[in-house]
Amino acid sequence: MIENHEESRSRRLASARRLRGFIRKEFIQVFRDPSSIGIAFVLPVVLLLLFGYGVSLDAQGIRLAVVIDRPSHDAQSFVSQFERSHYFVVLPMDDQRQAERELRARRADAILRLQDDFAARSQFGPSPAPIQLVINGVDGNTARQVDAYVHGVWRGWLARRAANGGEPLDKAVTMESRVWFNSEVRSRNFLIPGLIAVIMTLIGAMLTSMVVAREWERGTMEALLSTPVRMWEVLAGKLIPYFALGMGGLSLSLAMAVWLFDVPLRGSLLVMFLASALFLITALGMGLLISSIAHSQFMAGHIAIITTFLPAFILSGFIFDIHSMPAAVQVVTYLIAARYYVAILQSVFLAGDVWVVIWPNAAALALMSIVFLGLVRRSMRKGLE
Amino acid sequence: MIVPPPSLTETPGRTAVALAFADVHKSFHRGRSTVSALRGTTLSVPARAVTALIGPDGAGKTTIMRLAAGLLRADRGRIAIFGMDPRTGARADHAYIGYMPQRFGLYEDLTVAENLRLYGDLQGVPHRQRTARYEQLMQMTGLSPFLSRRAGRLSGGMQQKLGLACTLVRTPKLLLLDEPTAGVDPVSRRDLWTIINSIIRDEGVSVLVSTAYIDEAERCHQVIVAHDGRVLAMGSPLELTRTVAGRTFSIRTSIETRRGWQRELSSIKGVVDVSTLADSLHVLTARDVSDLAKMTHERLPEAIVELTPARLEDAVVAMLTPPGPAQETTSSERDAPGHSQPHRALTPMITVKGATRAFGSFLAVNKISFEVRRGEVFGLLGANGAGKTTTFRMLCGLLPPTSGQLHVAGIDLRSAPAAARARIGYVSQHFSLYGELTVFQNLRFFASAYGLGRRQRAQRIGWALDEFDLVSVRNAVSGALPLGFGRRLAMACALMHKPDVLFLDEPTSGVDPLTRRRFWRRITALAELGMTVLVTTHHVEEAEYCDRLVIMVTGRLATSGTPAEIRSFARTPGHPSPTMNEAFLSIVQASQDSGGDP
Repeated sequence: MIENHEESRSRRLASARRLRGFIRKEFIQVFRDPSSIGIAFVLPVVLLLLFGYGVSLDAQGIRLAVVIDRPSHDAQSFVSQFERSHYFVVLPMDDQRQAERELRARRADAILRLQDDFAARSQFGPSPAPIQLVINGVDGNTARQVDAYVHGVWRGWLARRAANGGEPLDKAVTMESRVWFNSEVRSRNFLIPGLIAVIMTLIGAMLTSMVVAREWERGTMEALLSTPVRMWEVLAGKLIPYFALGMGGLSLSLAMAVWLFDVPLRGSLLVMFLASALFLITALGMGLLISSIAHSQFMAGHIAIITTFLPAFILSGFIFDIHSMPAAVQVVTYLIAARYYVAILQSVFLAGDVWVVIWPNAAALALMSIVFLGLVRRSMRKGLE
Repeated sequence: MIVPPPSLTETPGRTAVALAFADVHKSFHRGRSTVSALRGTTLSVPARAVTALIGPDGAGKTTIMRLAAGLLRADRGRIAIFGMDPRTGARADHAYIGYMPQRFGLYEDLTVAENLRLYGDLQGVPHRQRTARYEQLMQMTGLSPFLSRRAGRLSGGMQQKLGLACTLVRTPKLLLLDEPTAGVDPVSRRDLWTIINSIIRDEGVSVLVSTAYIDEAERCHQVIVAHDGRVLAMGSPLELTRTVAGRTFSIRTSIETRRGWQRELSSIKGVVDVSTLADSLHVLTARDVSDLAKMTHERLPEAIVELTPARLEDAVVAMLTPPGPAQETTSSERDAPGHSQPHRALTPMITVKGATRAFGSFLAVNKISFEVRRGEVFGLLGANGAGKTTTFRMLCGLLPPTSGQLHVAGIDLRSAPAAARARIGYVSQHFSLYGELTVFQNLRFFASAYGLGRRQRAQRIGWALDEFDLVSVRNAVSGALPLGFGRRLAMACALMHKPDVLFLDEPTSGVDPLTRRRFWRRITALAELGMTVLVTTHHVEEAEYCDRLVIMVTGRLATSGTPAEIRSFARTPGHPSPTMNEAFLSIVQASQDSGGDP
């Protein structure tokens, strides 16, 4: 009995010693070979800068060709509303024909026409004066936004005019909308948290898959496997250092989100880090799984991009709303770890610690990490076969 | 000098078996095809002794090693290491295995000391034992001065020694070494063996080592000859050699007569093999030697026939040679590549004058000069890092010299490297073919790359398939072929455009003795037809096949001459007939002792 106890104690000790040696080696390699530092720190910065500034769903600087058939005070005051808005760039036109030419040539995004009875009808008419809006509808998303913005400006102008004239607006019911969580409706505020999720997917999967593939490629794996080292020690020895590295990259991304992109952080940092840790383990697990198939760094990198980055980009709900996807595709999104992480990140950033969102998503992530690591454990049985 | 292994009589308990295989089968599945690597292997490795595992490529040597190391699981049969299953026993102290794979994975970003420390950790060596062990290992390997150097910056020989040291941090009961000396220069090779022998003597380790060098196997206690997934023979070198006793003789030759006589002898029925040994031709026969010696005397009246003792190499060649007629004359004698002037002229085909190549402040090649004549087989020997490959690259026009002149076939490589390359065939050390293409597709590609027309292309491809025995694998994917086939295909590709000069960089490293002989027979046949051959090799004994050779040491020419002249450098009153290997080692030693500057 005592002997058994002693034996298991010494076995644990030997195991701890192997693990420590392995992790030390891994850190030395990280500092000597800059490629993993590149993946953990340079890659997120580059991707965040690229996508953070490049991808925006807000229509800005819409080129509005304005045709005024008969200049008047009212027409002038209406158009000046557009000139003041930073969403629009007003291009004064001589006539409708010129405006249409500009639209066709893609030098204008929309035409706003005030007909010659604009002033008269807007002043005395029983109903508001009609205005004509022609929008280039090639990009449907932008077209809808232009439409909405012009309507907004128009309503504002009417309201202000009514208030100035002391007349009540001729409407029984008015709608006053409030946008919660992202009151400026800045797309960057929800894109950046989503981007962090996508980037962390790539980094997590690349870090582990590439370093394990490197061991195969350089023949170190065969030497390693012939020592008394256990498979779980190899796995832990890979997970721990790259977890630390990944969390470093994540902190950098969070800092960029808050200070560079001005995304408000309304929830607690602790929840953010715990959820991120959970997600990172899942991503690292995916990387390990990839490395059990791909024994060359080149192949591992490719598989990591195709199986983790692209699905996360498209199916995580970070750009494309999951609810508007076909039902079959929606089912697939449940397999994408980034989906759960995007939900947590967006809510912690913009809404705060909303537990009804955080708990189920965190539970899903925990489940996925267990599944991935279990699969890795199974596929990497000690041996070369 | 090579330290002899401790004799068996000194070691008690020699009957103990360290490793035993009983009817082991193992096959690998790649896609839909199945390759059987072992088909009923039975062997035993005695404890406290060195056992050599030899055999041609594809014999299953690496599979045996991996099975013994517990990295693979046998399909059928039993494997025991000191009576334990290797897959569970590897952790037990009394059956602890040390395994050094063919490509030992050193962590190149880690220093020598860090690599040692890592393997100390992984092998669970207690800290208090380490300092003394590390010191001992570093002293044995001569790596003490390089403790803080990164493993990736060590020379090939040093890396191999470090790999061995890492395997030995914890003293194993059974040490498995998979071709530890493949591609290692003779000096490092000798060092590796010194280490291996000393750990058997001092620590009672049992060793199984696979090797392509028969001279290494000759110095082991036991030899296992594997072929095609089975064990052909097992026994002490003496026992194995006895199987061909009385079947060997030799005749003294000169440079002029050697090749002609070799051809003549090979054509005699009953002659299995003719090899070059120092100044003689060594002949192995299928049966008792006496009547064949008589026949030799009739055909070559001026030859003096001497009965010589058989060597282990003869036994191995006899085992591996399939029964049947000894020699087929190669078709190249009918259809000559290169120019059809059969006679060796004095025209220099390669001239190197004061060639120097610097990489930064490091002089890889330092003012070397030599000349190679048409139809000569010219050897370039040297340790790893001596500058052979750099010299080759300069001669191929792949690397411009820093100073000096190089001419190939009368063309200055500085002014017209492309024109010179058209006259050169180059076979590099590493597999440089398209692994995804079939044999035929590779040949076709190289033929068109050299700009051959359709008619000529078809004719050359046909010649290459015949000449290099590639017809049977014509449509096989070349990456999946055994090493020997790959080398042959590489040579065929290099000869597609009938070059005047053929460069061969380490063409025989890792190749079994039988394949090596066939290879050299081909080379000599090509040279007879007027092709000029420049070859580098690690197998010093192969220098005997060369007409002339140079030995390079740290970028300079240490010596040059015919094989006989080179050997005579090491001749002392006490040692009247040194082997080429001994001569090589003493020349390298002398050159290193004389210091860096001339």
